[in-house]
Amino acid sequence: MTYLAGEGMCGGYGGVDILHQCSIGVDKGEVAVVVGPNGAGKSTAMKAVFGMLELREGQVTMDGQDISHLKPEQRVQLGMGFVPQSANVFTSMTVEENLEMGAFIRRDDISETMSGVYELFPVLREKRRQLAGELSGGQRQQVAVGRALMTQPKVLMLDEPTAGVSPMVMDELFDRIIEIARTGIAILMVEQNARQALSIADRGYVLVQGRNRYTDTGTALLANIEVRKAFLGG
Amino acid sequence: MLIDLLNALALIGNFVVVPGIAYGSQLALGALGVTMVYAVLRFSNFAHGETMSFGAMVTILVTWALQAHGFGLGPLPTALLALPVGMIVTIGLCLGTDRLIYRYYREKKAVPVTYLIVSVGVLFFLSGLIRFIIGPKDQVFADGERFIMKARAFKEMTGLDQGLAIKTSQGITVITAVVIVALLFWFLNRTRTGKSMRAYSDNEDLALLSGINPERVVMITWIITGALAAIAGTLYGLDKGYKPFTYLGLVLPIFASAIVGGVGNPLGAIAGGFVIAFSELLVTFAYKRVVGYLTPGDWVPDGLVQLLSTDYKLAVSFFILVIVLLIKPTGIFSGKTL
Amino acid sequence: MNWSLKNVLLFAGMGVLLILVGTMQSWNVALAILNMCLISAVMALGVNIQWGYAGLFNAGVMGFTALGGLAAIVISVAPVPAAWDAGGARAILGLLAGLATIAGGIWLWKKLRVSKTARIWLTALLAVSGYGLMRLILDPAVDAIEAVEPALTGFLGGFGLPIMFSWIVGGLFAAIVAWAIGKVALGLRSDYLAIATLGISEIIIYFLKNEDWLTRGVKNVNGLPRPVPYEIDLQGALWLHDLAAWVGIPVVEASSLIVKLNYAALFLVVLVAIFWLSERALKSPWGRMMRAIRDNEIAAGAMGKNVTGRHLQVFVLGSAVIGIAGAMLATLDGQFTPASYQPLRFTFLVWVMVIVGGSGNNLGSILGGFVIWFFWIEAEPIGLALMNFVTSGMALDSPLRLHLLENAAHTRLMTMGLVLLLVLRFSPRGLIPEVKR
Repeated sequence: MTYLAGEGMCGGYGGVDILHQCSIGVDKGEVAVVVGPNGAGKSTAMKAVFGMLELREGQVTMDGQDISHLKPEQRVQLGMGFVPQSANVFTSMTVEENLEMGAFIRRDDISETMSGVYELFPVLREKRRQLAGELSGGQRQQVAVGRALMTQPKVLMLDEPTAGVSPMVMDELFDRIIEIARTGIAILMVEQNARQALSIADRGYVLVQGRNRYTDTGTALLANIEVRKAFLGG
Repeated sequence: MLIDLLNALALIGNFVVVPGIAYGSQLALGALGVTMVYAVLRFSNFAHGETMSFGAMVTILVTWALQAHGFGLGPLPTALLALPVGMIVTIGLCLGTDRLIYRYYREKKAVPVTYLIVSVGVLFFLSGLIRFIIGPKDQVFADGERFIMKARAFKEMTGLDQGLAIKTSQGITVITAVVIVALLFWFLNRTRTGKSMRAYSDNEDLALLSGINPERVVMITWIITGALAAIAGTLYGLDKGYKPFTYLGLVLPIFASAIVGGVGNPLGAIAGGFVIAFSELLVTFAYKRVVGYLTPGDWVPDGLVQLLSTDYKLAVSFFILVIVLLIKPTGIFSGKTL
Repeated sequence: MNWSLKNVLLFAGMGVLLILVGTMQSWNVALAILNMCLISAVMALGVNIQWGYAGLFNAGVMGFTALGGLAAIVISVAPVPAAWDAGGARAILGLLAGLATIAGGIWLWKKLRVSKTARIWLTALLAVSGYGLMRLILDPAVDAIEAVEPALTGFLGGFGLPIMFSWIVGGLFAAIVAWAIGKVALGLRSDYLAIATLGISEIIIYFLKNEDWLTRGVKNVNGLPRPVPYEIDLQGALWLHDLAAWVGIPVVEASSLIVKLNYAALFLVVLVAIFWLSERALKSPWGRMMRAIRDNEIAAGAMGKNVTGRHLQVFVLGSAVIGIAGAMLATLDGQFTPASYQPLRFTFLVWVMVIVGGSGNNLGSILGGFVIWFFWIEAEPIGLALMNFVTSGMALDSPLRLHLLENAAHTRLMTMGLVLLLVLRFSPRGLIPEVKR
């Protein structure tokens, strides 16, 4: 049974549905990637799993529990981490303060978790007294991911983590994501850079107009000629 | 020659530096209250002047009660004993108005202008309430030693012609301001709750995501603001006398201080307070005698050598505000953007 | 125009209240209130134009009103020749120097192609030296003017024209200042605009209080010429004696009532004219565009509408109307008293009028002007009566009773505050809501 699964989701903002019977999911230690053309509803699907969207139909389960009616804050308590696409750090606070805020719901000692994050992203240890707003785009993304990791989540959801970063930074970021997955955390990721994302994906979902079009392993999708022609530029 | 220089310095010290530091501290405390509400609740609270007046009023009433029963604080004003009560009651007022009035608009996600108009309603009500309770006239409540340093004593000590006086109220203002600011900064920068408030002010959505409780942040903001208002109002009343209608006039310099320093930024509120205070004093100061001291011989200028007449004091704060809004709207310390 | 039954009833209700005052207190009081209501209605219309059409919060109503009052002096008072001889020309020269400095500063700021730091320094230099020059010319001129019989005049006086002309000029003064403020402040967020307008109006009031050579400052200018007859003159008229006898009131009272009725007629004409113009503007394509911008500024801007330019138009027009009201007020008072322009009474009270009456609706603002002014004035006697009732059980000289009676007047501030808060919460669209077209 998939650890985190959004099944048969239908819903949208206002009266119009964006998602039509959409299903995505991820298991512990896996990297699941959701790709598709612009406006396919990828971010919407993830937001629905996180609880930022009212589902008209369908459900979201985590570890067997139905969490469809929980608010995002409550899902965070259960072990979900979410990294928004933009405005995902506290720009007027230092890197270290950002991490502290990430762990806000925890009342125990967070120093070990924080050293873990610094090990994963050594640059952040160097710059930990610097304001997050002064960092480069790639470093900010690291802070954003680190912030979400501070709650020791069981699932980490990332909304287009490589948007606007250079290819080298993107590669590094994907390497880190694999490392995170190896620690047993389930990673669900929406990505625009489909080719690179699918190359690290255990599971890939291709969404078109709010519907599942192709679902397979990352490698299989990359090898699929139709998928390549339509979404990966041949 | 040296004597002339020292006299000139004493003159500036007495009429500009000492009052400037005191007034700057008072503005800073007031601006801090305004800037915190702006940072967390994201609106301009026009009723803050009246809140300060309210806090002062409660303190005065308790002071009178204490004085009537023979309690005192020796050389220090009795009002300091009464101040904690003033703070608590003002905090109650702020929490009450939030619960009864402002919370509704938060739930409805109203635009900032709506809050502003609502705060005008609160302003009206408080104005009337204060005058109803304590009357509109001047109230005297300061007691204890009036001066830390008397002008005559200074002249005797230094042998200069110019005296330098430091009132007790000015000294208390500065010391209190320093203590309060230090406490506030410790709270905001070193405690979990304080940091959560900064986070909430920085990025509301992300803060909610992190599990920060918005109602708790709002409550603490009002507690701090209420306390600051009571302190600032009382200190101002001790220093310059208490008269209800003066506090409405303070709204402008306080907002100017907050905006010039960078609205939403506590450091900015303090810097802004001093910038405004000193500007007001420097621009309206009559430099005649200073020039007289600093120039050779008996040459004394004809006019007062004033940049602007004293009556324009309030206009100065506004003028600076406009300049800042035109050149660098986020203020000295880059507060929230427009 | 929306002559629904409800609106007619509301205004009729207002009329009934005034009649009540007339019968229970006095007709003079009722007419005095009516005249102030008419002026307040014009002010509220001006504010509504800015708020209802464009969503602009003008916290400087007091300043524009005062400018209208200034116009009343400048137009109607007889010139003081001695003062003009003493320093009039130099004063004008000084003012021109000041204006030139400002214009020069703006030109420098906008046109000069140098680095930002250089621009700041150069502009500052120009500002300081220009200001110094202005003071050099102006100060001796001002002293000379103010030295001319300070107890009686001590100022330049005016043009000696009919005072009703000042109503238009008041609007013009306000419009010019509004244009200048608008150019600077309209790009700012609504809160900041409020603070900026509050500040500017404070400066205007200071200016009027302190520049004795122009306005006599706090010595006030009394005895402004009138557009209506004087009571004394009327009392000599035979037809008035007959009328008074027929109605059954003393001649003096009759003369006073006639004078007030004259004012009321004049004010009513102005009010109706401005209302009619405002309604036409609202229903015109221009008005529709304004409201479209107000409702969705970002979309309108994306469609190419010049949002700031439109806002400026509205701001200027609304302020002009406020200026007209200010001139009317000074005419009614017969004097110019700078110290009487208080922000609470003008700026914020007018806002209560607009909100309670119905923001965005011109008829609503007029009603609001009437209702709120009425209650503001009547709150004093009503409050006192209430306090008398509340303290009726207490000893005649108990300090609590004395305190309550003495401060009864302040309950009207509390009442206004409560009214505003309650309306904003439970009936935010006001008595006569905006008509959604």
